[in-house]
Amino acid sequence: MSAKQLGKRLLQIVLVAVGISFLTFMITYLAPGDPVTTMYAAAGMMPSEEMIQETREAMGLNRPMLVQYFDWLKNCLKGDFGTSYAYHKPVATLLLDRLWPTLKLSIMSMFLMLLVAVPIGMAQATHKNSIVDYALRGVTFFGVSMPNFWVGLLLMLIFCVRLQLLPVVSSGGDFKSLILPSVTLAFAMSAKYTRQVRTAILEELSQDYVTGARARGVKEWQILWQNVFPNSLLPLITMLGLSLGSLLGGTAVVEVIFSYPGMGSLAVSAITAYDYPLIQGYVLWISLIYMLVNLAVDISYNYVDPRMRGR
Amino acid sequence: MKNKSFVKKNLSFCIFAVLAVLIILVAIFAPVVTGGVDPSAAVLKDALQAPGGAHIFGTDKLGRDIFTRVIYGARTSMTAAFSVVLIIFALGTVLGVLSGYFGGWVDAVIMRIADMMVSFPGMVFAMAIAGILGASVKNAVIAVALVSWTKYARLARSLVLKIRNRDYVAAAVVTGSKTPYILTKYMVPNVIPTLVITAATDIGGMMLELAGLSFLGFGAKAPAPEWGLMLNEGRPFVQSAPWMMIYPGAAIFVVVVVFNLLGDALRDVLDVRDE
Repeated sequence: MSAKQLGKRLLQIVLVAVGISFLTFMITYLAPGDPVTTMYAAAGMMPSEEMIQETREAMGLNRPMLVQYFDWLKNCLKGDFGTSYAYHKPVATLLLDRLWPTLKLSIMSMFLMLLVAVPIGMAQATHKNSIVDYALRGVTFFGVSMPNFWVGLLLMLIFCVRLQLLPVVSSGGDFKSLILPSVTLAFAMSAKYTRQVRTAILEELSQDYVTGARARGVKEWQILWQNVFPNSLLPLITMLGLSLGSLLGGTAVVEVIFSYPGMGSLAVSAITAYDYPLIQGYVLWISLIYMLVNLAVDISYNYVDPRMRGR
Repeated sequence: MKNKSFVKKNLSFCIFAVLAVLIILVAIFAPVVTGGVDPSAAVLKDALQAPGGAHIFGTDKLGRDIFTRVIYGARTSMTAAFSVVLIIFALGTVLGVLSGYFGGWVDAVIMRIADMMVSFPGMVFAMAIAGILGASVKNAVIAVALVSWTKYARLARSLVLKIRNRDYVAAAVVTGSKTPYILTKYMVPNVIPTLVITAATDIGGMMLELAGLSFLGFGAKAPAPEWGLMLNEGRPFVQSAPWMMIYPGAAIFVVVVVFNLLGDALRDVLDVRDE
């Protein structure tokens, strides 16, 4: 990717981020629940009409919407994402505390997924339309159709309740508490990804150079690992970046099931409590992470595919 | 016999179509299937009974029959999933066709919005929308539809662009066909088959997303019999009453499998013409 293209992409990211920030702000602004009433209710108080008005004034909720929006945006650019209504702490601090656990969980499940999906997908591609292929296709099909929260609960039932190998609540933050949540997330993802690996490898296997290598008597495994696999990396990396989107959405569900202290479970409780600043911060952060990772994927093409260099 | 050959040629499609119709019938005739048991009838003395006897799937913490609730749950899940698919299908087709046919600023506006929607994780946004609008099946449907229409719009647009400059379209314009006529008679019929296939394969996925939202508490509200919500209610009882979460989950799984297979089979049936 050339510097010009990089600049273009960065500009695009900024534009989308502004769009997203506006959208999130709009929803929270138009939302039916009143944050002030909710805040007092959470504290167990029945505020008078006067108190509500005063608090609204103090929190700046009575100003015109666009003024509120630009104020918020300006503060965001300075790194101040507001103060959580429920926790009375800066949103940035709250999110930052939960960022690493969620990233750890995402990376771990990506790793597990690759460990499963790449060999299976390759086996399917090299044994196309054989019994192995059909059987594995059936398995991945079922994997795609299983709700991940059900998988999580079943794993919990088997490994925590019946076999008692792992803790039911994964709030410890140690490696053990990472196992079940990441396996749950990896489960559905690997089913999807296996199919994509299969397609990508099949595509590459039909190229002329493979026939050429075979004709020259190059060993099949050598063709597979030295030529075919590196060449199919490009679409695979692209899909990896894109699947991060569903992963980031999926962590919320899994974090809730296992009481894992990540950004997702924080967001779910924030949404339930109408904690607007925290919700806005969460959506914005997740979107930025997603876009930056996909930018990194695009940049990585330069290293994976020499043809992309200097373009 | 023309009908007979269709069944023979598309055996898997016919099997899954029959299964899907069966599921829909079970949902419609839920009161008959469950023998008239009220899904929200709580009998506290029967709470948390294991499967067997009078309750083949057991009972939940309020003593409600889980089998009855699972059957009634098919209504909610099916209606919600079909509504989402219908909405995004209609919205995507209209916006995509307009965008592709007119080009210019219409295209620019619609496609920039679509670009924005795909450049961040949809589920995260859907969660925020559904949660903030207030937990209800309707709001969950709106939330999922809002983040999912872009795929259809892009598809419809690309299909329209393919035929936009064909001679017969130009001929229609020259012979004085009105724009709405061209849109409805030439453009829309051209995009429908592909979009129907996409919609059919999406039903299962949408069901999963909606159940996910309900599971998090951003969809159906208690005491409604909804599978995602039932799983959420069963979560604290994993240890003492696992049947509370096993059966609703299995129901989602089975229905999603059937609709996914139906979608795949439909693609095989309809794609013949495209090739």
